[in-house]
Amino acid sequence: MSTKYETVIGLEVHVQLATKSKIFCGCSTEFGKAPNENTCPVCLGLPGTLPVLNKKAVDYAIMAGLALNCEIADYSKFDRKNYFYPDLPKAYQISQFDLPVAQNGKIKIETEAGKFEIGVTRVHLEEDAGKLIHEGSIDNSKGSLVDYNRTGVPLIEIVSEPDMRTPAQAKAYLTELKLIMEYLAISDCNMEEGSLRCDANISLRPIGQEEFGTKAELKNMNSFSAVEKGLTYEVKRQKDILESGGEVVQETRTWDEALGRTISMRGKEEAHDYRYFPEPDLVPLEISQEWKDQMQAQLPELPRAKYQRFVTDLGLPEYDAGVLTGDRELAEFFEAALKDYNDPKNLSNWMMGEFLRLLNENNQTPLDSGITAQNLAKMLTMIDQDVISGKIAKEVFEKMYTTGNDPEKIVEAEGLKQISDQSELEDIVAGVIADNPEAVEDVQNGKDRAIGYLVGQVMKETRGKANPGMVNQLLREKLKS
Amino acid sequence: MIDKKDVEYAAGLAQLKLTESEKEKYTEQIGQILNYVDKLGELDTEGVVPTAYTVPMKNVLREDKVTESLPREKTLANAPDQKDGQFRTPKIMSD
Repeated sequence: MSTKYETVIGLEVHVQLATKSKIFCGCSTEFGKAPNENTCPVCLGLPGTLPVLNKKAVDYAIMAGLALNCEIADYSKFDRKNYFYPDLPKAYQISQFDLPVAQNGKIKIETEAGKFEIGVTRVHLEEDAGKLIHEGSIDNSKGSLVDYNRTGVPLIEIVSEPDMRTPAQAKAYLTELKLIMEYLAISDCNMEEGSLRCDANISLRPIGQEEFGTKAELKNMNSFSAVEKGLTYEVKRQKDILESGGEVVQETRTWDEALGRTISMRGKEEAHDYRYFPEPDLVPLEISQEWKDQMQAQLPELPRAKYQRFVTDLGLPEYDAGVLTGDRELAEFFEAALKDYNDPKNLSNWMMGEFLRLLNENNQTPLDSGITAQNLAKMLTMIDQDVISGKIAKEVFEKMYTTGNDPEKIVEAEGLKQISDQSELEDIVAGVIADNPEAVEDVQNGKDRAIGYLVGQVMKETRGKANPGMVNQLLREKLKS
Repeated sequence: MIDKKDVEYAAGLAQLKLTESEKEKYTEQIGQILNYVDKLGELDTEGVVPTAYTVPMKNVLREDKVTESLPREKTLANAPDQKDGQFRTPKIMSD
């Protein structure tokens, strides 16, 4: 019997906080400025300068800690993490070592294999480093260019317990984490722009063994799919080594998306000895109960809670609740529309059908689109009140999406109002009966399905505007005799 | 006591190249400093809360307001090398 292995994964996630200014100075955090425009003596680490902590960054870190079910520290401090690298002008990063803002949390995740709880070891504050552009690849470049705009942008690092057992769990954890940060609105969580970054520790051990195997640290996974692919590759690589009797080497590896494999960074980095010591330029942080309570009061309803409420209180299917709460803007849009239109399932159908289809086609978010929650509610009410047919509504909806106009105005201007006028419909029905003797005969011979064909003809004649219920009834009356 | 290996390790982390005679000199000097600091161990600190700070201050915070950054010419004024508004470093990875 060959040995069966179990995978052990822990994630370190860096989240850039959406403050206006940097963590220790007043430089702007705006993305996309020309190189080195957002720099000052503090973030450049010039001698004689003093960092001063941004209160908003602490607020956000506390909120993150609370949302991840952590204990918030009463007393916290900052430490210097020392290493030499050109993206770090001071040759140390101000971070937190032994007294982070938050510790001992957990979140719930769900994969196809079931529900799991993942521990959150800690949430700590630190400053981001600058951006390096190598002239050529890092190996053969003659030099590198440094942009310090990002230096000093506030980050929280969220460290998980080694609680994940599959790449799918890691992906689900990251997805949930991102969603929580988005609901908190403390980060824009854009993985491509680097405002959410993920490193993983991954190792294998024989099933039943308590002790962890030798781990690899995996970096440079810049998307959700890269996280899953990189970890899946690494599971196989380590398994192959162990099964052939080899030993996994503890090292940092980088995910190469183009090659679809992980590559050793061995020999490319110094031994880790960061010589942490307390940052003497900052004073300690005391977080009072009052401060914690204030942040607690500012927490919005979090995705899990909203999901539960949508299922339990609104009676939505779990699938609908998952889709709607899986995006903060979508969930907020849904709830805003619900205020004016109290049929959750019908509203959900339209949002998951037409709305998501158009959003995906145009690669837009709900707020980018022309549709407002109020206008969608109004349109659905118009369907329910027989002002427009469901078919015409799809046309109206597309117009609302592109123009941002009010559905009543669109229906008015385009003459899309449903025809519910008895005599007008009678004329059209009479014409259709006259033009389709075969179908009429079929109906009279008891082929009930032929009615559908005739209704379709009336709809065609009226370009979808006839009230289908009335048309059906009129046809049956006329053909009975 | 520390030995020469500790000095070599610390020098390596600080990216300092030391001559043999410097290593010996620093081993002795740093050893003396550490011995001196060890005297603190003789004090009775029972019941004293550890602290990393000497001033009785806490929570020095600023509001999240953007202030003016340096003009870029000034930021780059002392750069030994620069290109396209960026600092330019020599090759980072050694062969």
